[in-house]
Amino acid sequence: MNNILVAKEVTKRYGDHIALNKVSLEIPKNSIYGLLGPNGAGKTTLIRIINQITYPDQGEVFFDGQPLKSSHIAQIGYLPEERGLYKSMKVGEQALYLAQLKGLEKAEAKKRLKYWFERLEIGDWWNKKIQELSKGMAQKIQFIVTILHEPKLLIFDEPFSGFDPINANIIKDEILNLKEKGTSIIFSTHRMESVEELCEHIALIHRSEKVLDGKLSEIKKAYKNNIFNVGLVTKNGDMILKELADKFNISSSKFDAEENQLNFTLQLPNNDSSGVLAYLSTKANVNHFVETIPSTSEIFIRTVQNKGFHE
Amino acid sequence: MNKLLLIIKREYLAKVRNKSFVIMTFLSPVLMVGMVVLIAYLAKINDNEQRVIGILNESDYFSNEFVITENTSFINFTDLTLETAKDSAAQLGFYGLLYIPDEISLEKVCQRSFLYTKDAPSTTVTDKIEGVFQQRLRQQRLLDLGLSSSDFETVDTDFDINTATFQGETNIKGITEIKAFIGGGFGYLIMMFIIIYGGFVMRSVIEEKTSRIIEVIISSVKPFQLMLGKIIGTSLAGITQFAIWLVSASILLFVVFAFFDIDPSALSAGNQIQAGMGSNMTPTVPTVDQTMQVYAQELFNIPWVMLITFFLIYFLLGYLIYSSIYAAIGAAVDNETDTQQFIFPIIMPLMLAIYVGFFSVFSNPHGPIAVGFSLFPLTSPIVMMMRLPGGIGEGGVPLWELVTSILLLFGTFIGIVWLAAKIYRVGILMYGKKPTYKELFKWLKY
Repeated sequence: MNNILVAKEVTKRYGDHIALNKVSLEIPKNSIYGLLGPNGAGKTTLIRIINQITYPDQGEVFFDGQPLKSSHIAQIGYLPEERGLYKSMKVGEQALYLAQLKGLEKAEAKKRLKYWFERLEIGDWWNKKIQELSKGMAQKIQFIVTILHEPKLLIFDEPFSGFDPINANIIKDEILNLKEKGTSIIFSTHRMESVEELCEHIALIHRSEKVLDGKLSEIKKAYKNNIFNVGLVTKNGDMILKELADKFNISSSKFDAEENQLNFTLQLPNNDSSGVLAYLSTKANVNHFVETIPSTSEIFIRTVQNKGFHE
Repeated sequence: MNKLLLIIKREYLAKVRNKSFVIMTFLSPVLMVGMVVLIAYLAKINDNEQRVIGILNESDYFSNEFVITENTSFINFTDLTLETAKDSAAQLGFYGLLYIPDEISLEKVCQRSFLYTKDAPSTTVTDKIEGVFQQRLRQQRLLDLGLSSSDFETVDTDFDINTATFQGETNIKGITEIKAFIGGGFGYLIMMFIIIYGGFVMRSVIEEKTSRIIEVIISSVKPFQLMLGKIIGTSLAGITQFAIWLVSASILLFVVFAFFDIDPSALSAGNQIQAGMGSNMTPTVPTVDQTMQVYAQELFNIPWVMLITFFLIYFLLGYLIYSSIYAAIGAAVDNETDTQQFIFPIIMPLMLAIYVGFFSVFSNPHGPIAVGFSLFPLTSPIVMMMRLPGGIGEGGVPLWELVTSILLLFGTFIGIVWLAAKIYRVGILMYGKKPTYKELFKWLKY
C-alpha cells in the first residue's frame, strides 16, 4: 500500500448546497500533499470528513488501506483553520488534556511535552495561562499538541496563517523533519504560493470538484508553454531585436543602452531550445536564458478556464 | 482514561476553579440571609413612620373609637369649621384630617365622612379607619336588632374547625400548605438549577466557539461526548455548590431548632400520638404546647425517602433535557447577545410550571390542570414535585399518573437530547451566522 489516504467519489451535501462533488484523491505515503483551491471550494469539508467530524453522503475514504474508522483518529493530527485554546487554562495542563484526548497516557504525554517544550524553547511557559501569551506563542503550543501523538498523517488547514515569519520558518522546518521521519502531510490552503515549494503532490479543488491532481513536477511540465526569458549583452540592441522579431515570437522587450543590456521574452513553437540558444550566441553574449515555469496559481487559473468555469 | 471522564473532569475543574463561582458559592448564603434581613428591616422602617391624624367630629355616633396605636395617633379638633380644621391639620404637619359630619343616621354619617390627606393615603391608614367604621356600623345594626352591647363579645367568636382523615389521623391546620410549600421548594430548586447551570453549559459552549478550540477537540472526540461531558461536568460543579449550601442550611436549621426548643430526638418517639388516634377513632384537639411538637412530627412524617428519590429522578431528567437545549443554543450562536430569542421559549415552560404550581396545584393538587401539567414533560419535573408530598396512591398522586409522567419525561429526554445533539454538531462549526429557527430546522437534516 503506497497511499496513506484514498478518497473515492466522496460527495457531501448541506441542504441544497453540494460541498463536495464526487471527489477522488490518492495521497501517497511519506510525502507532502497540497490541497489547493480558493476559499469555499470544499477543502475544509474534505478535511473534516478525513477527521470524521462530518461524514460523506456518498463515497468512501480509506486510511492506510482500511475503510476509515474511529480508531484512526489517534493516527491523524489535525490543525484546523479555526484554531484556539482555552484562554483561562494553564498551558501545560491544557496540552496534557488535549494529548490525553488523543489517547496518550498521561505520563507518556508529559514526557513528550517536556521534550517538545524544550525543543521549541518554551519550557518556562508550562504554568502560564493562554491569555498571558501572544498569538504566535499560542500557535507553537497548538503545533506541539497537533503532532504530539506521533500521527501517521498530519493535516494542516491554512498552516501558516497567523504565524510571524520567524515562527513560520521554525514550524516549517519541524514539519519537514517529521516528513523525513516518515509522516505524511497534507497542507490545505488558498494561498497556493505559500506551500508551492514544499509540496510534492497537489490537488486543485474548485467549486466542490477536483479539477486537477498529480505530482507537482509533472503537472508543471505539462503546463509549460515554451516561454523563455532571455538576456543579451550587446551595444546595438535595437538592431538585434529587429532581426530576431522577424524569426521569433517576441514580447515585452526592453533595451538599456547604458548597461548594454537587452531583455525580452521568447515564445517557441516547440520544446527545441538548444538551436535557438546556439543562434542567439552568434548574435551576442547570452547572460541568461531561462524557461518560465508556471506558478501553481497560474496553473489553477488556466485549468479552471479550460474546464469552462466562469468567474 | 476514558475520554468522557477526561472531559467531565476538565469541565468540573474549570467551573470549580473559576473565581466568580467560588465567590458565589460562599457569598450566596450570606447574600440570601442579608436580603431577608434587609427586606424585614426596610418593611419595618416603612411602618415606623409616625402619623398624626386630626379628627373633626360633629356627629354623636362617634366618640372615642379611634384608638392610638404605635404608629398612628389621633387628635380631636372641636368647634372648628371644616376649612379651618383642614388648614390647621396641614399647618401642624398632620398626616391627614378625618371629617365626620353630623347626620340623622349612622349610615348617612359614614357615607359623608371624608379623609383628607397631604398625599394619597397608605392602605394601612385607610384599612384602619375603615375598620373602625365597619365595627361601628356592625354594632349599630346589632343594637337595632335588639342586642345589648354586652352581647357583642359573644357574637364575635372565632371558630376553627377540627379536621381528621377517615383513618382518624389529625390534620393539623396549615400542614397541607406546608406540604405544598415543601413540594414547591423542590420544584423551585429544579427550576433554579436548570436556569443557573443550564446557563453555565451554554456559556461554556459559546466560550469554546469563540476561543476556536472546538474543532481541535472534536477532531479527537465525538461532538456528543463533548456535549455530554460538558453537561455532566457542569452539573457536578452545581451539585457541589448545592451541597455546600445544603450543609450551611442544615447548620442554620439546627440553630433554629435549638432556638425554638424542639427536640429532634423526640420526633421519632412521637409516633404514639398518631397510633393512639388510629385506635379509638376520636380525634382530640391538640393542646397549644403540643402544637409545635406536632408540626415537627408532621414534617417528620412526610415521606422524605420517596420524595427525595423522585426528586432525583425528575431533577436528573428535567435538567438533562433543558441543559441539552441550552448546549444546542450555545452551539448555534456566536456570542451571548444572540441567545435572547432562544432563551425565552425555554424559560417560559419553567415559569409556567412554577405559576401553575403555586396557583393551581396548591389549591387543588389533583385537579385537571395539576394533572395535565404534571404529565406534560417540560413542566412535569416541577409540577409533579409539588404534588408528591401528598404521597403516592390513595389520597396522593395515583400511581399511573406518576409512571406515565416519568415515561413521557424519559421519552422526551431521549428525543430532545437527540435533536439538541444534531443542532450542536452542526452549530459548533458555524461561524459568523446569526441563526434563525428556520436555519436550525435545516441543520437537523444535515
